[in-house]
Amino acid sequence: MSASKAYEFQDHSFDVVVVGAGGAGLRATLGCAQAGLKTACITKVFPTRSHTVAAQGGISASLGNMGPDDWKWHMYDTVKGSDWLGDQDAIEYLCRNAPKAVYELEHFGVPFSRTEEGKIYQRPFGGMTTEYGKGIAQRTCAAADRTGHAILHTLYGQSLRYDAEFFIEFFAIDLIMSDDGRCVGVVALKMDDGTLHRFSAKQTILATGGYGRAYFSATSAHTCTGDGNAMVLRAGLPLQDMEFVQFHPTGIYGAGCLITEGARGEGGYLVNSEGERFMERYAPSAKDLASRDVVSRSMTMEIREGRGVGAGKDHIFLHLDHLDPDVLASRLPGISESARIFAGVDVTKEPIPVLPTVHYNMGGIPTNYHGEVISGKGGADDIVPGLMAIGEAACVSVHGANRLGSNSLIDLVVFGRAAGLRAADVVDPAEKAPTLPKGAGENSIARLDHFRNANGSTPTAELRLEMQRTMQNNCAVYRTGEVLEEGVKLMEKVHAAADDIKVTDRSLIWNSDLIETLEFDNLIVQARATMNGADARKESRGGHAREDFPNRDDENWMKHTLAWVDDNRNVTLGYREVHNYTLSNEIEYIQPKERVY
Amino acid sequence: MSDPLDVRRKRIRFRGWHRGMKEMDLILGIFIDAELENLSAEELGTLEALLEVPDDMLYAWVVGREPVEPVHDTALFKRICDLSHLDGTMFRQK
Repeated sequence: MSASKAYEFQDHSFDVVVVGAGGAGLRATLGCAQAGLKTACITKVFPTRSHTVAAQGGISASLGNMGPDDWKWHMYDTVKGSDWLGDQDAIEYLCRNAPKAVYELEHFGVPFSRTEEGKIYQRPFGGMTTEYGKGIAQRTCAAADRTGHAILHTLYGQSLRYDAEFFIEFFAIDLIMSDDGRCVGVVALKMDDGTLHRFSAKQTILATGGYGRAYFSATSAHTCTGDGNAMVLRAGLPLQDMEFVQFHPTGIYGAGCLITEGARGEGGYLVNSEGERFMERYAPSAKDLASRDVVSRSMTMEIREGRGVGAGKDHIFLHLDHLDPDVLASRLPGISESARIFAGVDVTKEPIPVLPTVHYNMGGIPTNYHGEVISGKGGADDIVPGLMAIGEAACVSVHGANRLGSNSLIDLVVFGRAAGLRAADVVDPAEKAPTLPKGAGENSIARLDHFRNANGSTPTAELRLEMQRTMQNNCAVYRTGEVLEEGVKLMEKVHAAADDIKVTDRSLIWNSDLIETLEFDNLIVQARATMNGADARKESRGGHAREDFPNRDDENWMKHTLAWVDDNRNVTLGYREVHNYTLSNEIEYIQPKERVY
Repeated sequence: MSDPLDVRRKRIRFRGWHRGMKEMDLILGIFIDAELENLSAEELGTLEALLEVPDDMLYAWVVGREPVEPVHDTALFKRICDLSHLDGTMFRQK
């Protein structure tokens, strides 16, 4: 039997199909279902195992529960944090709607920590200020250290109440696009029985998260492969600002598990192979407590100059062994556990091996503040009818070149909510479902069948490691023209080597080999877009720091990068204006200035 | 048709490597890669039940921060907690 005959679709029809069940996907699913739309949520993992569960820090909103606060101050901080690459209309939307979105979460049942008067407790967080940088804001709400967990469980429970239909452990393969460029649905593989499902939808919403696993060292879970981003590229649409990747200075070497900033807050310090506390050289006043990007770059410089520790001289030591063991046990219990398990060290006696580690992707699918995807054609803000993107998968852009802590969770719920509101406006439940174009879903079958029968000689794991090492070596914290040009060529080679990919398991049921191969195929195109975008951008801004172009260049580079990767593996770049206007007359455009803390 | 035990093993492998947090991916995924083929049908059932536990709760049990629920306090759970399956990985070379 030929392969194509072997595949049959089970057809479904919905008003809205959401792909992904993290914080953003669930908030959109809930909003659409509440609005009376027939809503499906497709997800490759059980909703409460989405990576949002790992978000511990909290969620920002200018509630003013701990002292005066204003959405305009939150907006100023976010614009400055973005290094003026964020779109200010979208940032205004985020900050204005943040309190409403948090109160809704409270109403849905998220158990926020409380003040003595019973208000939602708020704590300070890096980069969050009052009065446009003058004071320290307490703006971050939390449900103990389980904020992401609490949000996921609450939103999932609410979505079920409103009859949203969940398709769990379905792996989305590709979008269904009509000839006139409209998105009319998506195809997914049901992993527990190997059946293929074709979803027709008046509105498709991608909420598929980031792509941290394109790098060797990432704090993100194994599942974070940016599947929706890659589906967008394969639909001939661009991704935006992919070169902006946030690194956390202290991921455990090799494992990537996060050691929180609290470690250095309590007096932990970094040393090189000479035992030197090198941060004193790079940041004489803030030292080890300098901002994430400064610490990450300093560590990378030490390693590049041959002062890294370990057999490969390729990482740095974080010392906590001078601290009182009781303080360690009471204030930093999680760190002692992580270090013991993932580095095999006793923090009271030995240093922890650490490395700057990918933590967040500012780039993604370009959208407006309603969540509608920008087509990137003609440089205007034309949208792709029928397609939205939200959460870490999207680039609205509110984080611009650099995201502030606790702004990611608020991004999920504000724009998840916005997508639901927009869908309620533009989708008519009474209208007939869109007719699927002839051959709808054949691109998905071709892709699935190609990898299922891939008969080369290189295992997926080998290609993935090559990609991850190349991204880590050539597109991490230290970026120069030379390193990036080499990276562009190396990544081209890895991509070309995928012709020789080998998949051993030919089945369709719980085939991890096949799923990981489809995930690799998703990652590699995003890696290409990231590397090429970084090579082209000849300035330093936020997360993109070039040694050869150390300054921000607003004249030439205050613009969004767009990257297309076509079926022939060619990467094309284009650019799009940053919105230099706000949403309302209540606040003026915040003029660029130097980003100093 | 496929052996039902084999299908269960494959499901366990996928679910073990697709947790919400990196820490549990490594603890469960690496254990499963090393041990899966040697587990009996009964042990597979024990492991399946454990995979249903929320990540943060399971992690707190594995690291000993909180006591494991008696129903999950099995010989298999103790083998996971032992963490010897992580020895020799590139992040724990001793």
